[in-house]
Amino acid sequence: MTRIPFTTLCILPLAIFTLAFLAIPITRLILASGEGVDGWAIYLKILQTPRYLSTLMQTVIVSLAVTAAALAVSTTAGLYLVRNRFWGRNILLSILTLPLAFPGVVVGFMIILLGGRQGLFNQMLPGYWVFAYSVTGLFLGYLYFSIPRVLLTVMAAAEKIDPALEEAAKTLGAPPWRIVFDVLLPALAPALIAAGAIAFATAMGAFGTAFTLATDIDVLPMVIYTEFTLSANIAMASALSVVLGLVTWAMLLIARSFSGTTVVAGG
Amino acid sequence: MERLTKAIPLGITLLACAFLLVPIVMSVLAGLTVNYFRGLCSGLTLRWIGEVWDLYSDSIFLSIRLALACLAVTLVLGVPAAYALARNPGWGSRVLEEFVSLPLAIPGLALALALLQLYGSYQGFRMSWTFILVGHVLYTLPFMIRSVLSVLAAIDLQTLEEGAATLGAGPARRFVDLVVPNAMPGILAGALTVVTLSVGEFNLTWMLHTPYLKTLPVGLADAYASMRLEVASAYTLVFFVMIVPLLMAMQWASARAQRITT
Repeated sequence: MTRIPFTTLCILPLAIFTLAFLAIPITRLILASGEGVDGWAIYLKILQTPRYLSTLMQTVIVSLAVTAAALAVSTTAGLYLVRNRFWGRNILLSILTLPLAFPGVVVGFMIILLGGRQGLFNQMLPGYWVFAYSVTGLFLGYLYFSIPRVLLTVMAAAEKIDPALEEAAKTLGAPPWRIVFDVLLPALAPALIAAGAIAFATAMGAFGTAFTLATDIDVLPMVIYTEFTLSANIAMASALSVVLGLVTWAMLLIARSFSGTTVVAGG
Repeated sequence: MERLTKAIPLGITLLACAFLLVPIVMSVLAGLTVNYFRGLCSGLTLRWIGEVWDLYSDSIFLSIRLALACLAVTLVLGVPAAYALARNPGWGSRVLEEFVSLPLAIPGLALALALLQLYGSYQGFRMSWTFILVGHVLYTLPFMIRSVLSVLAAIDLQTLEEGAATLGAGPARRFVDLVVPNAMPGILAGALTVVTLSVGEFNLTWMLHTPYLKTLPVGLADAYASMRLEVASAYTLVFFVMIVPLLMAMQWASARAQRITT
């Protein structure tokens, strides 16, 4: 009697599910992108059509700006929270990780409450402070959900830095800013690259936030959505999805390869 | 100088906290205020919460049902699979694990588009709640597998199983009586992550839902677009009340599982 090994039985349901709902659908998506009037030249068309090209550029620029801002804010806050113990520290930490479970739509609403027509800023200074529906609103929304993600990665890495390194630098007479730039940041570099890649990928693919803010700024997920639902341009929606998927996937591979290395401060 | 180098990071930390917290507080207050334009002095009320309940209680129950179904499916698919991956740590397992984790890397919108193109024409499936369930399982499954796998990888499964095998326990018995109890912290952390993410999932769900099947976040998008601010805020408040305890439990369970793996 030939018996199927027990471990094979264990993996079989997963294999079937993944084949049916991940592998075949993704293959279908890739094939669909080449089934339009342009065939596979559709990928060339993305680069030649000003609307798609500018969308791509805007998405990359906003995502880069958000990544830079989230890294700056979260690294500062993360280092401060790791290196200082004080009353209320855990409350601050809880607040900073709260948005982790918020969907993009809720984040969009948070920005509307701050900068919408009935928002906090517009109530205090009427007429001047409606920024929710512009690129500023989009930037703030993306920053809102990026801060917790970056913070957790940075704090995990910062906790592993040997305090002796910093003390040595202090004994040798280094001023605080030199300790930050010559000791802490190099030790954090792999974590910062990993966190940055994650923040960038999340911002590139963020749909809910842009959807709620309904900005006049074209970002890639919104264009994919309108191509699919309004224009019924299936081939272009598929092609743009493939491009978006490849970019975010590549980013997360980078993140994985860097966060895999343990943080060791050499020298 | 010394004071300044401490004050600036603290200032930035507090500013970041304010940025995240102030809109949450505003939303909670707006959901409980009689008239948001006139401010808190117009009085507090539960009227908007009641209105949310009348309008959207279906979406709340659908989300809970979906999250529980999603949990059941990810348990059935994910826990045995994680065990198999832990027992055979070769390149084949790595490739499969990477592939299953693709939904973490590919935006939900693209995944939903792929599902719609392949299964969109099967009306019976397309219109049923199981179509949304497939999307949620796809998205949450990698979290369950990784959570269980990391715990299983940290214990000496081989030795434990050999011991049980010499005592006469077959593979299925070893899985139920030995593997599952040992993996429990990972299963718990994975389960809480799956439920939390499923309740809050929007990007996939928005594409997969039908007018008769609205989940909580889909209902939120609807309320933000068409309801008065107080109702939208009250609805958001209901969502917070559900998601924040889940998030905290998830963080607690994950930290607990992590202590075992290190």
